[in-house]
Amino acid sequence: MSLHVKDLSVARGGRPVLQGVSFDCAPGDALILRGPNGIGKTTLLRTLAGLQPGLSGEVDFPEESGAYASHADGIKAQLSVTENLTFWAEVHGGVLDDTVLEDFDLVDLRDRLAGTLSAGQKRRLGLARLGVIGRKVLFLDEPTVSLDGFSVKMFADWLRDKHLGQGGIAVIATHIDLGLEAPVLDLTPYKAAQDAAGGSDEAFL
Amino acid sequence: MSIWEYANPKKFIATTTPVLPWVMWAAAVTLVVGLVWGFFFTPDDYRQGSTVKIFYLHVPAAMMAINIWVMMLVTSLIWLIRRHHVSALAAKAAGPIGIVMTLIALFTGAVWGQPIWGTWWVWDPRLTSFLILFLFYLGYMALWTAIEDDDTAADLTSVLCIVGSVFAVLSRYAVNFWNQGLHQGASLSLDAEENVADVFWYPALVCIAGFILLFVALVILRTHTEIRLRRARALETRMRA
Amino acid sequence: MIALLKRDLALAVRAGGGFGLGLAFFLIVIVLVPFGVGPQAELLTRIAPGILWVAALLAALLSLDRIFALDHEDGSLPLLATSPLPLEAVALVKGVAHWITTGLPLTLAAPALGFLLNLQPSAYGFLLITLLVGTPALSMIGTFGAALTVGLRRGGLLLSLLVLPLYIPTLIFGAEAVRRGADGFSATNALVLQGGITLGVFAFLPFATAAALRVNLR
Repeated sequence: MSLHVKDLSVARGGRPVLQGVSFDCAPGDALILRGPNGIGKTTLLRTLAGLQPGLSGEVDFPEESGAYASHADGIKAQLSVTENLTFWAEVHGGVLDDTVLEDFDLVDLRDRLAGTLSAGQKRRLGLARLGVIGRKVLFLDEPTVSLDGFSVKMFADWLRDKHLGQGGIAVIATHIDLGLEAPVLDLTPYKAAQDAAGGSDEAFL
Repeated sequence: MSIWEYANPKKFIATTTPVLPWVMWAAAVTLVVGLVWGFFFTPDDYRQGSTVKIFYLHVPAAMMAINIWVMMLVTSLIWLIRRHHVSALAAKAAGPIGIVMTLIALFTGAVWGQPIWGTWWVWDPRLTSFLILFLFYLGYMALWTAIEDDDTAADLTSVLCIVGSVFAVLSRYAVNFWNQGLHQGASLSLDAEENVADVFWYPALVCIAGFILLFVALVILRTHTEIRLRRARALETRMRA
Repeated sequence: MIALLKRDLALAVRAGGGFGLGLAFFLIVIVLVPFGVGPQAELLTRIAPGILWVAALLAALLSLDRIFALDHEDGSLPLLATSPLPLEAVALVKGVAHWITTGLPLTLAAPALGFLLNLQPSAYGFLLITLLVGTPALSMIGTFGAALTVGLRRGGLLLSLLVLPLYIPTLIFGAEAVRRGADGFSATNALVLQGGITLGVFAFLPFATAAALRVNLR
């Protein structure tokens, strides 16, 4: 179980945004992505997760082990907290384990409809999804948006103890210090050159 | 050298630009010869009188309406498999030509049908099929215009074109099943002599050749336009970036 | 797959919406028809099979844009795409869920509405069977259309334009089978052909739907 990225170039809207991104993560490693808005953090994470094709380069991690999470986390307002989590657990062939509810402080909310939760509670529910799907390689896009300091710490603890501690890997785009001892990868040097090759319009220029 | 080199937009424009005027002239000459021959130098049909002469517009337009869809299907497949932009843009360029051909076929059919059947429109299988084909063209073109990203639009319209083709064929059989119709059988086929005498047939062949040349000229021209539009957009985004 | 089906059904029931609305629309269209064509019983009897089929088809069309739109908005779609469930299976389940929440209720309601249009007694069985065989195809074709337009704002109208021509064969065989059956002719051919279309649609369209979804997820 390891994540291996070599010379990856990614495009947004048909234009190359990042080129030559390379890094390696061993089990238990986390990597924090930094860079100004628009540098391509989301694009890179989506490409890593296989949601969009990269322009060139390699992404290598065991099949069926990656998961992507962004601020839109597929929570259905009409379903209760446990129903939402049970659904994602079942789709991934697992069952909902009550410890996840404890880890994300959702025990008291378990039968509430997700639509009645506050923004922060919804985020916790969205992040709790990561605990039930049993995926080892997580690609997280600003996971802590609208979380208070206490919840951020709770999430960081879960990530450190229950995910990375169990041999998981996480690539995280975030502006907040999660308190993980993880290397930071600044994406600014990888910004694609003005005339970088591989865009969908290339044939027309 | 592989034929696919011509699928590069620049190469395509460079290669087809010198050819284009020749094709245009050939189309014009062939069409004028075919239509004049057909309208003025063939005898009237003994039953249908001079009405039959609309045949020289109706049949080629109807054939092209179908053939253009087939061409769009082929270019869509090429785009999906080999990702050549010219192929996708040629399909996009062919759509409006195809819908106009369908309209010409429907309109001339109505004009022809009125004196013969006594009505502008009947829900005859052949006419109905063309009306359905018209709807398919409409949906295809609407999808192209609705999607902003060029490559996404090319992908989705290609998928629609493939699925649509299957349903167009299904519709053709369904419509036959639904109503057995007044329309005469296909006018031109390998045993055409049985249906249409040689005097009518030769000018008809010239007209068909003229329509094909006209289509080739138009599709090249419109593909050039699409390529240049795309190039303009590409340069614009590059300038803004 | 079962989990997704269960979730979609639960959502359809709880959100209300699609479930009742399609049926109400079906009822209203059927009520409007006699106002448009006149109350003569013989005329209504003659056009009833076709009207019932067209109205059911339009009612099924209403809720199509919701098939993927909600999952697109809340981000479920990319999460499903990275789950072990192949997108082809997602497409299939979405089609089945749409049928259970729309096509099936319409099928069950159609005989009741047949009374309003003075449908021949001999036609009821055929109406029920053709709708039962045909509406799944409508749902699956609609799912394909919904996948094509999922990323578009105001995609609803375009969706109808794309999907309605694809409905033609199903409509023709369905209404034709009811007409022939009601008049005492053999409806077997039409029924078999309609069944063939439904099977074909379920065999191949999930792949086209998944392809369209992948393009839209990029």
